[in-house]
Amino acid sequence: MITLERRPEPSRMWQAMTPILAVVLTMIAGGLLFAVLGKDPFEAIRTIFWDPLFNPQFASYSRPQLLVKAAPLILIAIGLSLGFRAGIWNIGAEGQYIVGAICGAAVGLAFYPTEAIYIFPLMVLAGAIGGTLWAMIPAVLKIRFGTNEILVSLMLVYVAEQLLASMALGALRNPDGGGFPGSRNLQQYPSAANPELIAGTGAHWGVVAAFIAVIAAYVLLNKHLLGYQIKLTGQAPRAARFAGVRPNVLIALCLGISGGLAGLAGLFEVSGPAGQISIDFNSFYGFTAIIVAFLGRLHPIGILLAGLLMALTYIGGELAQFMLGIPSAAIQAFQGMLLFFLLGVDVLSNFRIRIKRKQVA
Amino acid sequence: MSVLLTVDGLSKAYPGVIANDDVSFLIERGEVHALLGENGAGKSTLVKMIYGLVRPDSGSMTLNGAPFSPAEPRVARASGVAMVFQHFSLFEALNVAENIALGMENPPAMRDLARKITDVSEAYGLPLDPARLVGHLSAGERQRVEIIRCLLQDPKLLIMDEPTSVLTPQEVDILFATLRKLKQEGTAILYISHKLEEIRALCDSATILRRGEVVATCDPREKSARELAEMMVGKVLQQTKARGADLGPVALDVRGLSLPPATQFGTPLRDVSFSVRKGEVLGIGGVAGNGQDELLAALSGERGTRDGVFVNGQPISKLGPTARRRIGILSGPEERLGHAAAPDMSLTENALLTGHVRENLARNGFLDWARTKAFAERVVKEFDVRTPGVQAAARSLSGGNLQKFVIGREVLQSPDVLIVNQPTWGVDAAAAAAIRQSLLDLAAQGSAVVVISQDLDELMEISDRFAALNGGHLSEAVPAAGLTLDQIGLMLGGAHDLEPA
Repeated sequence: MITLERRPEPSRMWQAMTPILAVVLTMIAGGLLFAVLGKDPFEAIRTIFWDPLFNPQFASYSRPQLLVKAAPLILIAIGLSLGFRAGIWNIGAEGQYIVGAICGAAVGLAFYPTEAIYIFPLMVLAGAIGGTLWAMIPAVLKIRFGTNEILVSLMLVYVAEQLLASMALGALRNPDGGGFPGSRNLQQYPSAANPELIAGTGAHWGVVAAFIAVIAAYVLLNKHLLGYQIKLTGQAPRAARFAGVRPNVLIALCLGISGGLAGLAGLFEVSGPAGQISIDFNSFYGFTAIIVAFLGRLHPIGILLAGLLMALTYIGGELAQFMLGIPSAAIQAFQGMLLFFLLGVDVLSNFRIRIKRKQVA
Repeated sequence: MSVLLTVDGLSKAYPGVIANDDVSFLIERGEVHALLGENGAGKSTLVKMIYGLVRPDSGSMTLNGAPFSPAEPRVARASGVAMVFQHFSLFEALNVAENIALGMENPPAMRDLARKITDVSEAYGLPLDPARLVGHLSAGERQRVEIIRCLLQDPKLLIMDEPTSVLTPQEVDILFATLRKLKQEGTAILYISHKLEEIRALCDSATILRRGEVVATCDPREKSARELAEMMVGKVLQQTKARGADLGPVALDVRGLSLPPATQFGTPLRDVSFSVRKGEVLGIGGVAGNGQDELLAALSGERGTRDGVFVNGQPISKLGPTARRRIGILSGPEERLGHAAAPDMSLTENALLTGHVRENLARNGFLDWARTKAFAERVVKEFDVRTPGVQAAARSLSGGNLQKFVIGREVLQSPDVLIVNQPTWGVDAAAAAAIRQSLLDLAAQGSAVVVISQDLDELMEISDRFAALNGGHLSEAVPAAGLTLDQIGLMLGGAHDLEPA
């Protein structure tokens, strides 16, 4: 009989090991899935994890994509991780990402065609404010009326999607676009563009922001009283109140920060890789970032690595679809397995497994 | 008399600790048998094995001469073993009869059950109305629900785990009358307690456990309480030292403090007034659930009030915990894990929890971990906290050690006013004595100390004045010296208006 036995304190070794174990288990289960689909599992795993980085045929295109995809994931996940640590569940980063992009793009488009150095910084500010305000809706409702921030923030994603469609078709539509939906392309408007900073790396301002966010979050969580209060609130809410933490302030702060960072990610995306506000501008970064946050154990450095890994499975997944004809649903299932296994093996950091022979009664 | 239950060589080990080591004793029919020992001596594990909740590693039992190894509580109950737990498992939003029906295998119709409850409660002198909501009952009345639930099964052996810890002295008398009546009818009672006078008054024989082993079996009526205590602890106990009363001006003044309850079945504070002078210890007694948590929250600043709390003449009702710490008002809540300390955090992190204001552990919000660690180490050293180091998680410490840490953390910040709730709850005798001594020393240095506790012996030992909290009302504080147990009992609300039927 297998029994779980609670450890007196969480094992640090297993806390570090579980993400790696989860990746290995995902590879095994994913390989089985691909084998059942009639694909060579080893080739599929290699195509997802190896080819985007090292295959001479694809790497020149895929390698820069790694940072392009990882930056928004990391930026959003860092913000979410602060709230998750405090037990404040912002599930609506996708919506905050969209609203941030709309606000930032709107500021840029308002200046069109003026060229000035202050335009891009203003757009960045607008993006952050847009995302923050969108996240303050669940925050204020929770503080004032005790609503559930999970539901409110999630439902606001769908509101934001409608808003996005309306903007792409209406207020922000390109007047010179011949009636097609979508805004002007910001990449062709130098003062509002978020270009690749070093050619061939994929690094744009969003990548810089993501690295700054990782460092700032690390300092906040390890060296600052606010970070301590965030952790304390998540682990022992009553002790946090006893310590003098004001729960409402923390709710507003955590939702505000995560909304602001998601808004920034949206702005960097719309002014950079995406280029324009379009009906299908959003690409589930806001939801995938939830997986990234947990895969990185809500730790800034972990999130950095997890964001890169997740970006890799995105790029590799596309490659596998293209090269091997693996259906996209199978790729999504593969990505989902990662979170599933992570949460599953997480139990090992707090429990140890004992195998006992069943006693004869 | 004949033997009802024999326990022969029962052992049970948990990782890192042997809870019971080769424990043997017998219980005869119609006997009240005491199981005596400190916290952690293995009493709970032993009775859980008898009740089928825990499976022994080795050893055997017989009941009525037949082998007895209950695999689960249902089997134990069917064999005639019933148990009243220290912590009640009752639903506050249901009434008495509904709660009892929930615990039965085949509950009769509600009307018949209500009549049976009334019959049993009258027969055993435990007045109880089956239609009342459990949420509105006092702790003593809730215990009656549990006892009647057991009596309806017509048990041969009734196990009672620390039954008097939630009762007023008058309620204890009613309970003892009931237990004596049961005993006359031939029911054996296994009575777990660490209160020696009770055991000497009630029990026919006693088995004393220490660190999982039986150290003695005796007739408690032939031993003095002191002899029993020394057998239980294994060493000569130190008395806390008295100190000269040298009182200063009033430090903490509470006037007409009222506070609505935090939860539906909580107790509101009703017009509470008292004052404590510098160098004084005020003991506030009362059965749990009479407003203790609310009082601590109002004094610590966790729950602000409109008015009513003054320190050195200044109103502080609206200040939060951090602002109160800054002006020297510290507190220690009852619940160690999750309230006074975060279970998964290290002792260093837990030192920061209340210490950052007065110990200057943060500068502009940036934490000084070196200072924090040094502060945690100072608490560990001066309060003799047994731990592998300050990096250990709070939950890995034993109750007594963690309690020494959380009390020490506040005492070492040299508060002007310290309020503690149940400072020695679930703590072994040696640690409890150390904690009480530290509170007395703190008062001797000129701090005002408020001790909220259910342990009347403790309050009599350390208080200068005593007040009782009952239903959210606080009695007038009277000098503790010379108070009798009867007077205290009446201050605590007597038997909550219920006399034996």
